[in-house]
Amino acid sequence: MSDKIDIQKIAKLARLRLTESESDKLYGYLEQVVDYMSQLNQLDTSNVQPTSHILPINNVFRDDETSKSKNIDYLTAAPSKNKGHYEVPKII
Amino acid sequence: MHRKTILQAKEDLLQKKYSALELTQAIYQRIEKVEPKVQAFVHLTKDIALNQAQEADRKLAAGQDAPLLGIPIALKDLICMQDALTTCSSKMLDQFIAPYDATVVNRLKKAGAVIVGKTNMDEFAMGSSTENSWHHPTMNPWDLSRVPGGSSGGSAAAVASHECLAALGSDTGGSIRQPANFCGVTGLKPTYGRVSRFGLVAFASSLDQIGPMTKTVADSALLMNVIAGSDPQDSTSANLELPNFMNSLEKNLSGLKMGIPKEYFTSGLDPEVEESVQEAIKTLESLGMEKVEISLPHLQYSVATYYIIACAEASANLSRYDGVRYGHRSKKSDNLLEMYMNTRQEGFGEEVKRRIMLGTFVLSSGYYDAYYLKGQKVRTLIKQDFENAFEKCDVIIAPNSPITAFKLGERVNDPIKMYLSDIYTISANLAGIPGISIPCGTSKKNGMPIGLQLMSKHFDEESLIAVGHQFQLNTEHHLKQPPL
Repeated sequence: MSDKIDIQKIAKLARLRLTESESDKLYGYLEQVVDYMSQLNQLDTSNVQPTSHILPINNVFRDDETSKSKNIDYLTAAPSKNKGHYEVPKII
Repeated sequence: MHRKTILQAKEDLLQKKYSALELTQAIYQRIEKVEPKVQAFVHLTKDIALNQAQEADRKLAAGQDAPLLGIPIALKDLICMQDALTTCSSKMLDQFIAPYDATVVNRLKKAGAVIVGKTNMDEFAMGSSTENSWHHPTMNPWDLSRVPGGSSGGSAAAVASHECLAALGSDTGGSIRQPANFCGVTGLKPTYGRVSRFGLVAFASSLDQIGPMTKTVADSALLMNVIAGSDPQDSTSANLELPNFMNSLEKNLSGLKMGIPKEYFTSGLDPEVEESVQEAIKTLESLGMEKVEISLPHLQYSVATYYIIACAEASANLSRYDGVRYGHRSKKSDNLLEMYMNTRQEGFGEEVKRRIMLGTFVLSSGYYDAYYLKGQKVRTLIKQDFENAFEKCDVIIAPNSPITAFKLGERVNDPIKMYLSDIYTISANLAGIPGISIPCGTSKKNGMPIGLQLMSKHFDEESLIAVGHQFQLNTEHHLKQPPL
């Protein structure tokens, strides 16, 4: 690793609050694993196409027909709800 | 009764040697007896199971038949079953009751199965020992001081301890095959897309696959007949005509070519494991199979490639746990962003946080090309290795895990060492091909089961079943019982 991993930036992107000791441990972990991953640089992949999915599927279409909804109450699992809506703390 | 295979129990139920209710009750008695030692389950669904068993008895009395009528089966706790807890062994989903059935559960129910409970796992399937469970660890029934493998360690231990006749697990990098290996049972990871993932809590969407964990290959074939097939609710499920997997049990092996990948037999492989696998190869030769040497040159890069891709996908998939729609919500937040961050800090365990951080890193601006895109390209090379190999052979024969089950606590603080224990299974997920682990020996050093891995072409689970079944007809490794 030439440059240092910005652990606070990654944590913010991942929406994870970390304690100081968690940050330190995760930094050590990331450094070790990223170093291990660098072995892939031994391979020349300049003419290799990336694989994101192994099946030759692009778009999967279904017939445009109406069907009955499943009548599942997804709100039952919500930690907080109000009048048929999810409830969250204030946004700003 | 609890020691029966599915096929034996089916026969007994038809001949009225015992009822489905008696069989289910015998399973719960067995659970009561061994569960304090093994801890394979995170919760039981006894009320649901007893009702299903009674319903099965009514159907049996009426002369109806179904592939799994009255058969007690366990589910890994990341497969949703309506009105039952689905916790993924995480504090994040500790109280989560699934509002619908996964497609596989729906199919099991239609086939008449009795669902006895949900089995322990590494949190969100991230781990190789089931020690990363928020609930409790699971012990290996062969030696309670050892791990059952993971992440489907609860399912493997439950099958090996006869706490169910079979179980479903999921496999992202070996999570069916490695615990099956460690616990001395049969574990089949089908081709990516063979079994619907609808209702399976997602870990890495381009790798995850549900499969059977059973006492025999024949039972896996029967379960595949029930769970495989396309599903309009999973657009990645393959729309192909399904074979009857039971027909593969009759197949003669003569002339079939087995490829032996030389890279799987190098340093790091326990000599006892190697010896058992070589012995198995001889057995298969005596059954008419022809041995060819093959090469999978990018094997050594598979662990690094896997952790880039799996963690990247996991970091995206697990973004849904933000305390809004389901699961844990932090109580100590007064605005939305803080609520997200605190919820995720409190709800996720250490390994899950590691992988979310790693996945976020490899996808982040400035590193995407160097890691994620590079990983996807090496994935292509690994996939091509298998395409080349299958031009020379029908089935690849290899060790399943380089080692036998290790002690609890031995690897949990050394993530890379833990990750490397999956080196032989990971590449099948990257290539999307099916793989199966079957018992092929017992260690003389520690008495633990050794596993043989078979891999085949996309959508050719039939060859795995054919070879695996003939192997089990001619050997007794799968009949050995843990000293419980």
